[in-house]
Amino acid sequence: MALKIVKGSIDRMFDKNLQDLVRGIRNHKEDEAKYISTCIDEIKQELKQDNIAVKANAVCKLTYLQMLGYDVSWAAFNIVEVMSSSKFTYKRIGYLAASQCFHEGTDVIMLTTNQIRKDLSSPNQYDTGVALTGLSCFVTPDLARDLANDIMTLMSHTKPYIRKKAVLIMYKVFLKYPESLRPAFPRLKEKLEDPDPGVQSAAVNVICELARRNPKNYLSLAPLFFKLMTSSTNNWVLIKIIKLFGALTPLEPRLGKKLIEPLTNLIHSTSAMSLLYECVNTVIAVLISLSSGMPNHSASIQLCVQKLRILIEDSDQNLKYLGLLAMSKILKTHPKSVQSHKDLILQCLDDKDESIRLRALDLLYGMVSKKNLMEIVKKLMLHVDKAEGTTYRDELLTKIIDICSQSNYQYITNFEWYISILVELTRLEGTRHGHLIASQMLDVAIRVKAIRAFAVAQMAMLLDNAHLLTGNMQRNGICEVLYAAAWICGEFSEHLEDPNQTLEAMLRPKVATLPGHIQAVYVQNAAKLFATVLRKHEGATDSQAAQETSQLLVERLPLFVQSANLEVQERASCILQLVKYIQKLQQKDVEVAEEVSALFAGELNPVAPKAQKKVPVPEGLDLDAWINEPPSESESEDEKPKAVFAKEETKHSRPRHTEVDEKELARRREARKQEQANNPFYIKSSPSSQKVYQDAPGVEHIPVVQIDLSVPLKVPGMPMSDQYLKLEEERRQKEKAEKKKKEKKKKREKHGKGKKHDSGPESEEDITPAHHVDIVTEEMPENALPSDDDDKDPNDPHKALDIDLDKPLADTEKLPVRTHRSEPLKSPGEDGDVESVPQEPKKRSSKEKKEKKKDKDKDRKVCQLDFSVRRITDSNKNGCYLETKWVVYTHLWAVYDIQGNLQDGSQVVVSVIFENKSDSFLKSMEFNVLDSLNSKLQRPEGAGPHDGLVVPFQLPPGVSNEARFIFSVQSIVMPQKLKGTLTFIVKSEDSSTHEKLDFKLHFTCTSYLITTPCYSDAYAKLLESGDLKSSSLRLEGVNMPFHHLLARICFHHHFSVVERIDSCASMYSRSIQGHHVCLLVKTADQTVSIDAKCDEPSLLGNVLDEIKQTFSQC
Amino acid sequence: MIKAILIFNNHGKPRLIRFYQYFAEDMQQQIIRETFHLVSKRDDNVCNFLEGGSLIGGSDYKLIYRHYATLYFVFCVDSSESELGILDLIQVSVIIVNVCFHVQVFVETLDKCFENVCELDLIFHMDKVHYILQEVVMGGMVLETNMNEIVAQVELQNRMEKSEGGLSAAPARAVSAVKNMNLPEIPRNINIGDINIKVPSLSPF
Repeated sequence: MALKIVKGSIDRMFDKNLQDLVRGIRNHKEDEAKYISTCIDEIKQELKQDNIAVKANAVCKLTYLQMLGYDVSWAAFNIVEVMSSSKFTYKRIGYLAASQCFHEGTDVIMLTTNQIRKDLSSPNQYDTGVALTGLSCFVTPDLARDLANDIMTLMSHTKPYIRKKAVLIMYKVFLKYPESLRPAFPRLKEKLEDPDPGVQSAAVNVICELARRNPKNYLSLAPLFFKLMTSSTNNWVLIKIIKLFGALTPLEPRLGKKLIEPLTNLIHSTSAMSLLYECVNTVIAVLISLSSGMPNHSASIQLCVQKLRILIEDSDQNLKYLGLLAMSKILKTHPKSVQSHKDLILQCLDDKDESIRLRALDLLYGMVSKKNLMEIVKKLMLHVDKAEGTTYRDELLTKIIDICSQSNYQYITNFEWYISILVELTRLEGTRHGHLIASQMLDVAIRVKAIRAFAVAQMAMLLDNAHLLTGNMQRNGICEVLYAAAWICGEFSEHLEDPNQTLEAMLRPKVATLPGHIQAVYVQNAAKLFATVLRKHEGATDSQAAQETSQLLVERLPLFVQSANLEVQERASCILQLVKYIQKLQQKDVEVAEEVSALFAGELNPVAPKAQKKVPVPEGLDLDAWINEPPSESESEDEKPKAVFAKEETKHSRPRHTEVDEKELARRREARKQEQANNPFYIKSSPSSQKVYQDAPGVEHIPVVQIDLSVPLKVPGMPMSDQYLKLEEERRQKEKAEKKKKEKKKKREKHGKGKKHDSGPESEEDITPAHHVDIVTEEMPENALPSDDDDKDPNDPHKALDIDLDKPLADTEKLPVRTHRSEPLKSPGEDGDVESVPQEPKKRSSKEKKEKKKDKDKDRKVCQLDFSVRRITDSNKNGCYLETKWVVYTHLWAVYDIQGNLQDGSQVVVSVIFENKSDSFLKSMEFNVLDSLNSKLQRPEGAGPHDGLVVPFQLPPGVSNEARFIFSVQSIVMPQKLKGTLTFIVKSEDSSTHEKLDFKLHFTCTSYLITTPCYSDAYAKLLESGDLKSSSLRLEGVNMPFHHLLARICFHHHFSVVERIDSCASMYSRSIQGHHVCLLVKTADQTVSIDAKCDEPSLLGNVLDEIKQTFSQC
Repeated sequence: MIKAILIFNNHGKPRLIRFYQYFAEDMQQQIIRETFHLVSKRDDNVCNFLEGGSLIGGSDYKLIYRHYATLYFVFCVDSSESELGILDLIQVSVIIVNVCFHVQVFVETLDKCFENVCELDLIFHMDKVHYILQEVVMGGMVLETNMNEIVAQVELQNRMEKSEGGLSAAPARAVSAVKNMNLPEIPRNINIGDINIKVPSLSPF
């Protein structure tokens, strides 16, 4: 053995440590992978050795390799081995490696439960600390469940270092094991007022994180946080709290009103920019939640905007960025106050920092109005030209389109201008967003009927100059616009000036280099154009020209017939055949135009993007059900297409129903209108200025204002859109002037008083659009399904934490306490009897018996206190905790609680919570009880029968902690009292004194009962069996509702209600030694009679006495 | 919540990575690469916030970083963290790393000169830097911001490790010292405390 150790340490001398590994990797830059793989082989050898130091060294190296991207999960078991080393040095390495590479799928994690538990209760605080840190990274639902209770105990650890870690890790535990939230919450709340600032900060952190996801459950904590906010000086804590308030205010506007003042004060007083910024943010959130514009709030907004302006003007780019970010939040509700800073924001567009420019762009999106849209977009177009990086330019492009198209083109007054902007954007080099521009062109051309003529002209020009767009293969993205151009020209060809020329442009050989889908559109729309050309020429009886056109098609189309793209090929050959046929007819002088254009007749209506999703499933339709019997193998293939075809046919047949008479049609139209009016998803005419146009019966009746284009649209050197800007300004000026005239006239008529009105700023309504446009709404199915956007992620772990925390805890909600170790404790003095106390899951709710600890000190006073630990299920709100007696000694408070042990009928556990109320340090506490014949305190092996047990912790001032002691009991039929003493040392700055405290522990019979549920049939059988002795009790003058009475018996005496009928209830409980206790409780007037049965008469008698005492005390 | 802490150098070589949410190793490397790509093309005089990479988090997440000489310190955080606070935290961490490696005295004497970090410290002592960082951030949440407190806890733990003999106990250390010896560069003057021993230069036979 010794030899082995020596050999091990000699081997070690030649092992590489981490530094050697790193150095080696740096020296093998060329063949790094090879070097590392030899290192991994070495590590594998090292891990096989018994020496833990070698293993730890190997694991340390693995952690480094993991960072470089090597999978080290194969060493998971070795990591666990290193974690369980007793030396802190190795343990730390093990936990570090585990936290880097363990996750929920790591199967060895389940082996770690006991090791972690041992480390958590280690006397060395750094072992505990390391375990907590590691656990926080790899906690799984199983670990969380098994360790929740241990961690909860650590939240009251004497060392703040451990307390803060325990508090923080609780958040991870809650996420993995949501059931732990409610039982742990009271203690977590306590930690908000922990004397240590670090612990307090951790608690704030956890609660803020919880509240962020489910704010409504934490509203009740608002007063506490309010107090913290006004008292704390820690900026980190303040920031967290202020952020939390930002999340809470939308739920509780009253809170917001209270917050404004202290937040404003903070804004004025703080010098920390981070705090200032968060305050401003929360004030904004408050103002958003307070929709009613109270006068003093506009002052707050002004303050915020002012402060933000200072941030934005700061030379620190970070502040500038955040300022813009916050500004965009104000923008949503108070656009006016932001709009006045337009200059500043436009300035930011010139910033060298891209993130800041992007933020500024976001802001612009919200700042546009009818009035300034053209101006802002012009500015943006300038930036597009200047922009260097393609990403930023693309971003600008999408923003321009977003800005213009937002809320259904609300701010566009002149669509000709918009089309020319789009056309100008096509000149961008190398943009990826060709399809975006294309879809905008299509959308506008389809939905704004009045603009079609103009759009078609522009598109024809685009097609004509297509070589400019496609000249360079790098510009591929932009050729998408040709798709739109071709389609628009074809579909609305009646507006074309010279369809022949466009047709020619669409059939140029160069087109064959375009992507397939665009060629297909070209071919299809060439056919449409052809139809138009035919009609035009036949009307003019110019058969020659028509035939020339046919000839052109016949010559050019074969190019497309040879296309590699199937779609192009198919369309081209169809159309080629058609044209050849037409050509034949033309030669016979047959008029074909009518029939050819019939091929493309009818309007294509825009359909809303979500329309398909919103089609309601008709009642009785089960999409998963088989329509026919499941097909038998082979025949299905023949049948399916048929069915599809048949369906389609019915759809197409719709327009053929022309024989429906006029009346019916009118009726239907009426019904549909009604339906649309009631349908929230039908995009109705908005209350804005659009409404005016919507009422007009059709395009034909819209008075289209003809702009007198005295200036030719193409001015050299000036982008076309700028022309519109100019025109627009002039037009507005003119309108204004006219209006003034009118108003003057009016005023003159009305005694002509005052001119003040004229000077007011132009309001939104004053701006009339240049074109009266009808924006066609997108079609939606009738009875569209409501709401489809609240799709929250069902996998969000925070959903499970949406738990009501104000409800009192129920019996079943206790944290599970491990049960597998039931041997009596061996070394309670060392790492805690807590460790080995076996208990049933429902530890706290039951077994409750309090007694006082006495001491000879004169200062002692007894009082009953409303304190959190025990008020769990008590329905009595008066704060009368009959059995919960507390002793205040000058130095120490203690409260205890006796619980039976289900597994072992002869054991009870006494949990004592000690709290240090003095200013001194309490240490070396020793707990001793004078054993009786019946009850004995379990002491560690080897200890004498009169030795005390060392309480495994020390108490700094103001700290409380819980210790548990196990007693073995022989007979449980009689109550008894045990005398004991607690000795401890009070250590103050200059002196330390020994103190002694005498007390009595009162073991009542009730404390041997365990709340056990019982079914009524089992209960009936039990009563029928006849083994039970009966006894009864009458209580007079009980003045409380029956359910309170029952609750009281349940709570204080550990019974459960089996059945309740009116004012009569049967109850059941069981002792730790298996005695059944049955009660039948009846009440009439103020008298309560209890008939009881039990197989042990003396136990029953004592329990009844205790019940009587309970009720006599209230 | 902090979702990840990444430290890499100007060439994108990781020096320390800490993910508070599980990602497989290849994914981790991809995130590092993407983050490096985003961060490295930014000038030093632009703001230190970046709307997150697509791989990590999504729209709620931000990258907050600082650039020191040869190293980037990147924190990936969600909206519950204060942006400016995290920037301070990075600074605090860097100072603490410096203090722990170079000065065994207390933080009150801190000066601006500690704001830069030596890459070599991180390269050879990644584990130690991890231990320091663990005292600042735990499980994705800020644990402690008080510099004195953090340094004190790190020191105490290091002392404990020393009392246990450390990972590389005496013999191994001696060996690696021998291994590292670079004979031509042996200094002529060896300082041991105050004693100054002159090594006589032996004349060849």
